[in-house]
Amino acid sequence: MSRAGERTVSGRLMAVLAGGLVALAAGSALAAGGDLGAVDKQPVNVSAIAMFLAFVVMTLGITYWAASRTKSTADFYTAGGGISGFQNGLAIAGDYMSAATLLGLSSLVFAKGYDGFVYTISFFVGWPIILFLLAERLRNLGHFTFADIASYRLDQNKIRSFAAIGSLTVVCFYLIVQMVGAGQLIKLLFGLDYNVAVVVVGVLMVVYVTFGGMIATTWVQIIKAVLLLGGGAMLAFLALSRFGFSLEAIAKSAVASHKDGIKIMGPGTLLADPVSAVSLSLGLLFGTAALPHIMMRFFTVPNAKEARKSVFVASGFIGFFFLLVCILGMAAITIVGTDPQFFEGGKVGGKLIGGGNMPVMHLAKALGGDLFLGFLSAVAFATILAVVSGLALAGASAIAHDLYARVIRKGQATEREEMRVSKIASLVLGVLAVVLGIAFEKQNVAFLVGLTFGIAASVNFPVLILSMYWKGLTTRGALAGGLAGLVSAVTMVVLSNAVWVVVLNNPAPIFPYEHPALFSMTLAFLVTIVVSKLDRSAGAQAERGAYDDQFVRSQTGIGAAVASNH
Amino acid sequence: MSNPIYARVRQNPKFHDLVRRRSRLALTLSAIVLVSYYAFMMVVAFAPQVLRAPLGEDSALSVGFPIGAAIIVVSWLLTGVYSHFANGVFEELNDQITRESQP
Repeated sequence: MSRAGERTVSGRLMAVLAGGLVALAAGSALAAGGDLGAVDKQPVNVSAIAMFLAFVVMTLGITYWAASRTKSTADFYTAGGGISGFQNGLAIAGDYMSAATLLGLSSLVFAKGYDGFVYTISFFVGWPIILFLLAERLRNLGHFTFADIASYRLDQNKIRSFAAIGSLTVVCFYLIVQMVGAGQLIKLLFGLDYNVAVVVVGVLMVVYVTFGGMIATTWVQIIKAVLLLGGGAMLAFLALSRFGFSLEAIAKSAVASHKDGIKIMGPGTLLADPVSAVSLSLGLLFGTAALPHIMMRFFTVPNAKEARKSVFVASGFIGFFFLLVCILGMAAITIVGTDPQFFEGGKVGGKLIGGGNMPVMHLAKALGGDLFLGFLSAVAFATILAVVSGLALAGASAIAHDLYARVIRKGQATEREEMRVSKIASLVLGVLAVVLGIAFEKQNVAFLVGLTFGIAASVNFPVLILSMYWKGLTTRGALAGGLAGLVSAVTMVVLSNAVWVVVLNNPAPIFPYEHPALFSMTLAFLVTIVVSKLDRSAGAQAERGAYDDQFVRSQTGIGAAVASNH
Repeated sequence: MSNPIYARVRQNPKFHDLVRRRSRLALTLSAIVLVSYYAFMMVVAFAPQVLRAPLGEDSALSVGFPIGAAIIVVSWLLTGVYSHFANGVFEELNDQITRESQP
């Protein structure tokens, strides 16, 4: 982590997104093999496991209940559209407040001070934009998947297949990242074996998704969001109480404790390069908006009104949580950063036990003892579980609804058949996630995060936004632009530091920035627009003609999917 | 192939009124968020000393913190503003349009 810290903005971003959880592996291995041997090795954390088991029992109970209400494909994919705006807002917040944001962002503030805060802001500002430009149209046009919207007036087979494959690619890469992170984190926090942890996550994910569908996934997400918000708020309260509830006191003490002194109170070197900063923020802004498991959440509410309400609620909780995380990071500079018990060999300023992502965990131990540490560990585990469940469901819907029911069976599949395929698909995704999670254990998967957001922003997002906002979009344009985005995003990530240097061991990156969005997304838009403009086919004429009706539906919701009643 | 209901909606002047007003609100609010965020990022990149200035004479906190927090809080409040209008007056207008479009 510390090495990554000196690297570029995007290297740092990836570390944050991957929760830098991957880096924990190295930390724990060192800890285990150090001079102190067994003393340094993370013992099996009984209270953490007990609290996690309580969470599992509760969520399995909910899954059992949800299973009895999951009868149709609509129930399975979107909870029948019966989730309220407030509930969905909490679930969206849960999707976004991952273990990565809790651990990664707080450790960034811990290490870099104000620069970490700037990241936090960058992670946030996408939400208002999603509300203003996307939420109501997503709800009014979508049914089960993002491909529903992309293929609304374009070629059902080509665009739907393309969108589904785009979704699946994003889902698979993100699943690998989460699984590897889960394995490392759980190994460290719970003292469980890596493979055991990955299998536990995989099995629980498949159980939630196949039996409880979207209803169970949503409630797992809601419970976890409440636990995370509650835990974070409590920790921040304890931290503030140490400083007489004065932010100024925290800051003064942090400046006195941090090796960079007063420099941590302003922007440092991390974001000095504007190209990287813009590329990063574009990737975050539009990549987030085009993540399949996030888009899917907009189909779970009954109408556009509830969709808007859910973004208002979600962004309120996310913003609150992010501000908390900054306070935690700042407080940790003093409380964790000056306490020898949290450093390897007791050397203050040396290597943190467990690696660079641990400040908030150490803070929990310092302020609330082993029990609070156990609670936060259990919440981190629950968080990963909830996120992978959402991903698996999004992947299963792309396979069962888009590829199987629409493209292969041309809409002739019965509800039963589609349900069966979706359950098989979740099972296959679960097995795949476990196998890949184990296969990638020793790999540096940070580049996959760059790829995930790069592909989401450059492949899915242009099609999504242009299909809703631009009458001129045609099937050929969408395919050509999507392909250009895919190829350029993948190429740039491969030639960047994260793959070219870190994975392939070349001396210097060919592509100087680690986040491709600024270039690949621009290229995707350009190609889409130019090819669409040049498209004189009869099909293209019909597609442009269909825009007017689509526009009315996207604005008014007339003809939009309605909540199934039960 | 045009659906007659959609055609009726398009003939309703209220529909165009709704689209114009709601889009204007959405674009204005987006512009506020994006301009303030990117302006902030440019200050971070090109004039970081502005944000490093201490809040008060003897304070460790810099002006960058309240500014950053304000971006988060104001962006969130703006989602409230949009939801308030879109779920209030615009939703009523939308309901009227929907009713009037029924045969």
